[in-house]
Amino acid sequence: MSKKLETKAGLDFVTDWAYAPSPEDTKHIKLEKQYDLFIDGKFVKPNSKKYFDTVNPATEQKIAEVAEADEKDVDKAVKAARKAFGKWSKTSAKERGKYIYRIARLMQERAREFSIIETMDGGKPIRESRDIDVPLAANHFFYNAGWADKLEYAFPNRNPQPLGVAGQIIPWNFPLLMAAWKIAPALATGNTVVIKPAETTPLTALKLAEVIRDSGLPDGVVNIITGAGKTGAAIVNHPDVNKIAFTGSTDVGKLIQKAIAGTDKKLTLELGGKAANIIFEDAPLDQAVEGIINGIFFNQGHVCCAGSRLFVQEGVADIVIRKLKDRMESLIVGDPLDKNTDIGAINSKEQLGKIQEYIKIGKNEGAEFHQSSCAIPGKGYFCRPTLFLNASQSHRIVQEEIFGPVLTVQTFRTIEEVIEKANNIPYGLSAGIWTDKGSKIFNLSGKMRAGVVWANTYNKFDPTSPFGGYKESGFGREGGLHGLLPYVKL
Amino acid sequence: MERLEILKTYKIYIGGQFPRTESGRFYPLKNKKGDVIANICLSSRKDFRNAVVAARGAFGGWSSRAAFNRSQILYRIAEMLEGRKEQFFSELVTQGLTAKTAQEEVTLSVDRLVYYAGWCDKYQAILSSVNPVASSHFNFSMPEPTGIVAIIAPEESSLLGLVTAIAPIIAGGNTCVVLASESKPLCAVTFAEVLNSSDLPGGVVNILTGNSAELHSHFSSHMDVNAVTYFRKDKKEITTIRENAALNVKRIFVYDNLELVSDKAQSPYLIFDAQEIKTTWHPIENIGSAKAGY
Repeated sequence: MSKKLETKAGLDFVTDWAYAPSPEDTKHIKLEKQYDLFIDGKFVKPNSKKYFDTVNPATEQKIAEVAEADEKDVDKAVKAARKAFGKWSKTSAKERGKYIYRIARLMQERAREFSIIETMDGGKPIRESRDIDVPLAANHFFYNAGWADKLEYAFPNRNPQPLGVAGQIIPWNFPLLMAAWKIAPALATGNTVVIKPAETTPLTALKLAEVIRDSGLPDGVVNIITGAGKTGAAIVNHPDVNKIAFTGSTDVGKLIQKAIAGTDKKLTLELGGKAANIIFEDAPLDQAVEGIINGIFFNQGHVCCAGSRLFVQEGVADIVIRKLKDRMESLIVGDPLDKNTDIGAINSKEQLGKIQEYIKIGKNEGAEFHQSSCAIPGKGYFCRPTLFLNASQSHRIVQEEIFGPVLTVQTFRTIEEVIEKANNIPYGLSAGIWTDKGSKIFNLSGKMRAGVVWANTYNKFDPTSPFGGYKESGFGREGGLHGLLPYVKL
Repeated sequence: MERLEILKTYKIYIGGQFPRTESGRFYPLKNKKGDVIANICLSSRKDFRNAVVAARGAFGGWSSRAAFNRSQILYRIAEMLEGRKEQFFSELVTQGLTAKTAQEEVTLSVDRLVYYAGWCDKYQAILSSVNPVASSHFNFSMPEPTGIVAIIAPEESSLLGLVTAIAPIIAGGNTCVVLASESKPLCAVTFAEVLNSSDLPGGVVNILTGNSAELHSHFSSHMDVNAVTYFRKDKKEITTIRENAALNVKRIFVYDNLELVSDKAQSPYLIFDAQEIKTTWHPIENIGSAKAGY
């Protein structure tokens, strides 16, 4: 940073708070130049003979090339999963659990490698992939492993049975973690899996395929295939798939729901969100500001449950906004592999374009634009943390999911007003409430039409804690006891 | 002189009122001999939309009632039904049932309502969880009603099918709009009278009579409906409903295999279908003597 930054609070972040670069070493990780499809326990060449590049969004450099699965490849994977299902579903539950435990352990052993590759492929800060994505992913396998031989306790008076072959499609914002959320409960309940990671972030799923191969899991129980939307559509439309689990945008989720309308496929959808993060006058304001920052800038805002709509009660609006602007100035945007980095790279050029488009829309709609003055790298896809003040309920930037580091700010006077505004949106994934008064929390949390409510905290996740949406944010839960239900017949 | 019988006008039930269909249309209901027994409202899309407005209006109040109070009201519905057994019995016989099966259908319907009355303040304990997260937070998950459920009730059963479809939905705090059996609609209208005298707030249950072929696509495409439950077997209607559901990510549940007279047609899992799971996180202060064993 060349320019000396003086904020309104008088803090000088350049001279007092400068950090020396602290890049994570990437030497010891092992990456191939080319990755094939993981089908029936082996890496195999794609029938399509096509490969596509996966790019580091922080450097715009190609990392590796990855096979593109076509319909025939998808069919091969589904056949392998079907063949494996017979034996796997009859494997004793205790043994099934032990395989899943083994996968969890192997992930822990290779945690550092997973974190670095996750950060290189997706652009998220190494601090997040190291402390959140990778350990949580392993923990999801641990948690679900234990359920395998205890399912009859999960659903009283029922004898849960697996569905068959699960087709799973996951997004690019938490590539490994989403793979774990999908694969672990499916295996614990005795299903077999064909899973497709997002085309911009396939590498940690392919490293997971190595772990799964090394774990000795029977061939075909988990098949990991790569490709873009067409590959996903082939999974959705394959007649021998019994279950579709999708995490991604509401638009694509609706297409999937429609596509399988004439079939008996079971469906789970984890879709978009536009969460209200509500700050009351009696809230612990400094903690609330940290919660706002974490809510919207965690993972560059590429989070379906991001607290992207801030509601501040009028009496504290000025001070909260001042503190928020100060805190934004201190955020370090840059090299995702640097351990000091708070905000990494936007996942792809396409996504950066979409965010910039929304910033333009917000300005045109008349909301007051504010960005941190931080420097950003010349190369790679980056976006400064952004606020839109005085946003109104009808603005597109308030109604639509931006999926980037862009926060809209609205103020409110009464509880009734904020409940009405918070719920007046098609989404219903999550919400945040900040107040010192317990009874107010329980009133508000009961009235939020959203699947996850964080009270005096934000963006917390745990394998034991069910996650999923109301309304157009989807249906079905992942994690916890409730996360088993989408994968069983009762 | 022989007394001239007073015939009943069968109307629909919206927001606690008994209007005629706004469309002015009707279809004649005939008995086995081919005599017209009654003119039944052939409900329209507009009736359905009015009913959804009533159901949305009633949702806030009904879903925030104490579970115990919902239980009392469902039990009250059972009491009212029990008191009017004879009327339902005679309607069922008029619609073609034998005395024995008509008797069975009425008593099973009463018992099914009592069954769900009991669940109103218990399913939460079965479907909830306290989740032992690894961080310093108190975390729990509990069910909340999905919202407005549009129900296409069984065709072959006039009363029991209707009760089987409605009871788990309202026990769980949802409100609903129900399309009754087209060929056997009499009990549905009379059941609305039972509901209307049971302290059930207007708008919680709205009952329409008419034709599923005409209405199923409106039931599933309305943007303020949160879920559709379907109790018939028409594959084409099922596909259309599921396709339309994608417009606003409705939850769709098809029960085409329920054996209505069996106890298997009632369960807390049917309540669960029209519930959302909400998970709430609260920080736990971790200072001072937090680690003390006392």
